[in-house]
Amino acid sequence: MKRLIDKYTGKLTHQGLAGAENITLLCLDAEVTANRPLTEVNPELLRVFDLMNINALLYAEPEEPYKSIIRHLATREKDRLIPNDCENRTFLHDIPIISDLSADTLSRVLSRRKAAIVGAQGIISFGTVSPEQAFVSFSSVCFSTFVKFFTDVMFHLENLNAGKLQRDIALLEAYEEIIKFIQPAFPACDAISKNPPQNESEVVRQMIVAGKELVERRLVDSNFGNISYTFGDNIYISQTGSSLDELETCIDAVPLDGSSSSGITASSELSAHICIFRKTGMRAILHGHPRFTVIMSMSCRKDWCDLSTCYSSCSQDRSVSGIPIVSGEIGTGPSGLFRTVPEAMAKNRAVVVFGHGIFSAGIDSFGPAFELMQSVEKSFILEYFNKIRGLI
Amino acid sequence: MHGYTSRSLKIDLSAKTSEIIATPSSLAEQFIGGRGLGIALIGKRISLDYDAAGMPLIFSSGPLVATEAPTSGRSTVISRSPLTGTIADCSVGGRFGTELKRAGFDFIEITGTSDRWVMVTIEDLAVTISDAAHLEGKNVTGVRDLLGPEGSNAVIGLAGERQARYSSIVFDGHYLAGRGGIGAVMGAKRLKAIKIKGTLPVSVADSAGLKEAREEIMRLLRASQAIFGELGISEFGTAALVDLIHARRMEPTGNFKKTFYDASSSYSGYTLRQCYQTKKTGCRGCPILCKKVGNKGEVMPEYETVSHFGALNFNNDAAAIVEANRLCNEYGLDTISAAATLSCYAELENRVLSPQEMLDIIAEIGGMTTYRGRLLSQGSYRYAQAAGRPEASMSVKGLELPAYDPRGAYGMALAYATSNRGGCHLRAYPISHEILRKPVATDRFSFEGKARIIRIAEDMNAVIDSLTACKFVFFAASLEEYARAVSAVTGRTYDMQSLLKTGERIYVLERYLNSLNGFTSADDDLPKRFFIEEGSSSPNIIVKPLNRQEFLSARSNYYRIRGYDAHGLPTEALMERLGLGQYL
Ligand SMILES: [Zn+2]
Repeated sequence: MKRLIDKYTGKLTHQGLAGAENITLLCLDAEVTANRPLTEVNPELLRVFDLMNINALLYAEPEEPYKSIIRHLATREKDRLIPNDCENRTFLHDIPIISDLSADTLSRVLSRRKAAIVGAQGIISFGTVSPEQAFVSFSSVCFSTFVKFFTDVMFHLENLNAGKLQRDIALLEAYEEIIKFIQPAFPACDAISKNPPQNESEVVRQMIVAGKELVERRLVDSNFGNISYTFGDNIYISQTGSSLDELETCIDAVPLDGSSSSGITASSELSAHICIFRKTGMRAILHGHPRFTVIMSMSCRKDWCDLSTCYSSCSQDRSVSGIPIVSGEIGTGPSGLFRTVPEAMAKNRAVVVFGHGIFSAGIDSFGPAFELMQSVEKSFILEYFNKIRGLI
Repeated sequence: MHGYTSRSLKIDLSAKTSEIIATPSSLAEQFIGGRGLGIALIGKRISLDYDAAGMPLIFSSGPLVATEAPTSGRSTVISRSPLTGTIADCSVGGRFGTELKRAGFDFIEITGTSDRWVMVTIEDLAVTISDAAHLEGKNVTGVRDLLGPEGSNAVIGLAGERQARYSSIVFDGHYLAGRGGIGAVMGAKRLKAIKIKGTLPVSVADSAGLKEAREEIMRLLRASQAIFGELGISEFGTAALVDLIHARRMEPTGNFKKTFYDASSSYSGYTLRQCYQTKKTGCRGCPILCKKVGNKGEVMPEYETVSHFGALNFNNDAAAIVEANRLCNEYGLDTISAAATLSCYAELENRVLSPQEMLDIIAEIGGMTTYRGRLLSQGSYRYAQAAGRPEASMSVKGLELPAYDPRGAYGMALAYATSNRGGCHLRAYPISHEILRKPVATDRFSFEGKARIIRIAEDMNAVIDSLTACKFVFFAASLEEYARAVSAVTGRTYDMQSLLKTGERIYVLERYLNSLNGFTSADDDLPKRFFIEEGSSSPNIIVKPLNRQEFLSARSNYYRIRGYDAHGLPTEALMERLGLGQYL
């Protein structure tokens, strides 16, 4: 289990989610293995294994800005947080808030939910199969609280300006503190090829590079997003639950004529990718959840909007900075995004899904798709801060 | 008790009497329903022979059955296996569970042996035991034609009647309580059919809460590629797995001598859909509808069935596979054991069976019409043992292994060995993470961490079979969401861990009951072949023999994690801790 512990503590630090000294990751098979000597581990964390039938437990205090964000949100909300982003409404449902690290409390909340916020400063999560589950839940809480904080500020100011409520001074003070940690610029990226791949192994190589860059540039989180390239009779696509920064053995070749179902392990957005290719002829497709893209996609909220249905259906034609915002759920249900995104992609090379993320495409290489995703995120960041300045 | 009818039915076929009893609420609390409740009801009677009058045959629903919860139409049949001698339980689809509960009963316990063939008819609390001489000697369709279309029915064909050791009970024509030969228990009781129909309401404590839980589960299902995706099981049925398992080089071929069959695309999910123009059907209360039926009404075989009548028998004739499946449904035979017994026979005979010969032998087994049929109807283990070649039976505890080669998924190797009903893939279903990447992927060629993963999954699946829900949903949802559903239905508070605790109680009780019949760690083992012969490698995928030492070490870790002693048996302390003291 040591290998997996090293892998996921490494990912937490590398992705700026938590500092190594603040992480406790425990795995249990017949014995407990940890990322630090067991004598240094809070005994309450070890005791959780007596109370829960699980095999991994992760507790860490996150890095900024997540640290300040969860401190603020947990102080304000007391009981639990309800994510504003669509993916985490489906995946986490809600995030309980508890006051201390006692094993009894931990086992009580973790018996109901995948992760919790502890003492307004840490995040606890677990796995029943692999520490990867604990990592993914942890990363989801970071992402989800980030999106929640910035959308809450936006919605608050909108309502304030409409004269609907009192100024939330604590929120706005926290905002001033937290924006200091936000970096609006992304380093340029020239690792991604602007030339179309010439053979299958080149396709796979370019996908691996593009996936890595998306994560390295901190444009998206590693576990949320997918990537495809159509070459010959196949669409090559990242597998479900794969990390964008480690696609080496996680790409499925799915025949476009449907003649093999070995791609049953492909990304849950396979249908969207296939439909986009069929509608637009674009071969290189990226999908990810850049933070401000997700945040601003929810900014079009009209008075009559019910946030709980905007995700799946909305009759409005919406856009931000000229980029269309469409509704659609993950997967292939009746309101699945594979019904809305490809249509919109026929006119635009980038389309944002409400409260969820972005699809961007290149005719035959990932370079333009990557640049597009990055430039949309950049302009949504500017747009967000302009909007907030205007509202304040 | 919300979620339960609070009434159950006891039938004594020796006396031809029936009695309505109160469902023991303490058992419902401790074991939920379905598999758990059935195992607890059998208790120490497990040491009776399968054909003893006192051996119960139990049909059990669960709290979610006949409610709005997704995939809640299932039920469980429980008894002792004529094939393995272990406990036997089969989760079964169709409409039976729903009708049983609507007819007013949580479970039916049948004991006794009738002096002549009978059938049982149940309609809204009314029970009739009647003569079934007119059904004797008939296969499933023949019986069903006489029973008529309304309600649901559970029937045995000739195989059950004549007590083939892997005969099934066939529900609604093509849902099989397949594994372990539970049809022979029904046959031994001379019970040919049960017909059941119900219209009574089922009470739910918190309908709004159930609706919310349902919506949470449905969102996760819709987001799942394996279920509702273009290539998922809703589109292709479980035969969608043919291409994947082929690509992973863990396709049992030629009685597990190889792990790759170059002709498997001739019966893949895609090919079956093209050839038979299949459409979807499925269990009552199910949104997935994984069952596929051809445009002439042909029932499409499940993954295990196509692969075993295909690769395992070197057969690339899809029509013969569909026909083999039909024959098994008609006679009431477990397709996995049937196909694996054929491949064992072929190995001992040192030849490949032609498609026609394969079909002829199935009929001989089902009807037990020939010496060879009677021999093979005893299962591969008894057959190979009698031939002096027990190692050619690819089985664990006498139950033939399904279509995932353990050399290609080490968690599966361990789970085959530890399964309480013998070589079964569904007890822990590690294929979910080792192959399908759900909930996350694990390294399939490693035993690292697998002991605890298997233990947790065994507990989880014991709960799922007791709720009673369908395992496929758990590619997408988890006990987190189902705890909400069962809490809303019953009005009691459950969470993931309290459900897993119940699962542990069920699993350990099963293990204890098996120990009463002499099962120990010596039975938790795989056929020798997997430790000495390699699979069919490709340049990218190397399929080595399993490392015996690593396997044994994972198994002893598993015993330790379970709290078993060195012989793999539950200790008294463990039994007491789980509230199972009364079974000691
Ligand atoms: Zn997404």
